[in-house]
Amino acid sequence: MLSAILLQTTNVPKTVGGPITAYWPVMIFFVFAVIFPVLPIVLGRFLRPSIYGKGKMRPYECGIDPVTEAHDRFTVRYYIVAMLFLIFDVETIFLLPWAVIYMGNDFSFTKFALLEMFIFIGILIVGYYYAWRKGALEWA
Amino acid sequence: MDWNNPWIFAGVKFIAINVAFVAVLMIVAYSVLAERRVLGFIQGRLGPNRVGPGGLLQPFADLLKFILKEDIIPDKSTRFVYFLAPVIAITTALMTIVVYPFGPTIHIPFTDWYVPLVVTRMDVGLLYVLGITSVGVYGIALAGWSSNNKYSLMGGLRSSAQLISYELSLGLALIGVILQSGTLDLYSIVERQSGWYGMHWNIFWLQPLGFLVYLISAIAETNRVPFDLPEAETELVAGFHTEYSAMKFALFFMAEYVNMLTVSMLATTLFLGGWNGPGVQTFPLLGVLYFLIKVIFFIFLYIWLRGTLPRFRFDQLMSFGWKFLLPVAILNIIITATLGWFGWI
Repeated sequence: MLSAILLQTTNVPKTVGGPITAYWPVMIFFVFAVIFPVLPIVLGRFLRPSIYGKGKMRPYECGIDPVTEAHDRFTVRYYIVAMLFLIFDVETIFLLPWAVIYMGNDFSFTKFALLEMFIFIGILIVGYYYAWRKGALEWA
Repeated sequence: MDWNNPWIFAGVKFIAINVAFVAVLMIVAYSVLAERRVLGFIQGRLGPNRVGPGGLLQPFADLLKFILKEDIIPDKSTRFVYFLAPVIAITTALMTIVVYPFGPTIHIPFTDWYVPLVVTRMDVGLLYVLGITSVGVYGIALAGWSSNNKYSLMGGLRSSAQLISYELSLGLALIGVILQSGTLDLYSIVERQSGWYGMHWNIFWLQPLGFLVYLISAIAETNRVPFDLPEAETELVAGFHTEYSAMKFALFFMAEYVNMLTVSMLATTLFLGGWNGPGVQTFPLLGVLYFLIKVIFFIFLYIWLRGTLPRFRFDQLMSFGWKFLLPVAILNIIITATLGWFGWI
């Protein structure tokens, strides 16, 4: 049962192991990486002092009492940046598989792929130009 | 070695994970000390040199102090999110180190054991790195939001905007390397750069522009000078971690340095040939040394920039990322693809 999960095929691993095999170390490492920050915070409770003071717990605003809550309104520019990011990040994701198979084994795909990529990036550049002209990239 | 024996496989992987984890944390601890010392020398000071010989025990003294200090949670902060944010930051920073190959396949003497010096090889390694680093934005955004502090909120917002803007050019700069390598597996990408007596690095062969774009975006991704707007101490106090103290602050601090290290490791792997160098074919262990030297060069570059450059203004930062770096990254893809069409890759 365990050997089926952790199966590694070759003696000197030329290829990547089975699809699941590669991710077991990631799982183990994730446990390590979560314990590492949580443990000192939780166990530190027994070591560090904890004295309540009203002034100490106040949000820092250069010594002046805060007037309002901090969860305030902020400029809409951040929202526009997030929207633009979504569009262009999806572009990057689409370019990744294209880039992996671009050269291929026998060079047969390349001619078609170059043309296709030019069309794809061309459409995106039109959108990019539109966003630029509309002032979405300006930080007023 | 019998890789089909699950216990041997699990044992080797477990040792590899421990070695990688400890090595990374030690490098991080000493890059903090190195930064303080080198910055001191740049500014005509000595830097910390009291704890241990030449200040070598300073990181441990700092850690002890961070653990023993009081942990102040401000009133009206969202307590659980306030606790979660540094955990997300450090966990996502650490998670990427599993895929970086830090040496070639080593033959252990007197046995028939061949061990590749990488924790795990996955066929989507680069995509995994991009995905995990994207999650890191949440740590910073949540920290800024949950502190109930206006400086933190502004710092968190700025930082999120900066991270997502420069992530685009970072991702696009990697496409050129993928075009050349035809794989996302980092170990194979390094192996493909082993020609020319170990000097067939991607930076020399067709990717100098991609490397430059990657380097600038990487410095922005890690919030370092000259892109350290999120923690611009002259205007935002400390940005998203203004309210953080004690161990939680230390975790953010460590996350920044772990990010620096992983970004340097990725730059080394993709552009500077990873563990490749003259003589690696005969002495495989030399590869680990080459890898370390290259990574340390990048960390020194970070420190050097911090000692030299002033800070950007926020509108300059955004327009530089969107109007200059992004088109250049797309241009790099077009150039590389066209050269590949001529068969020059």
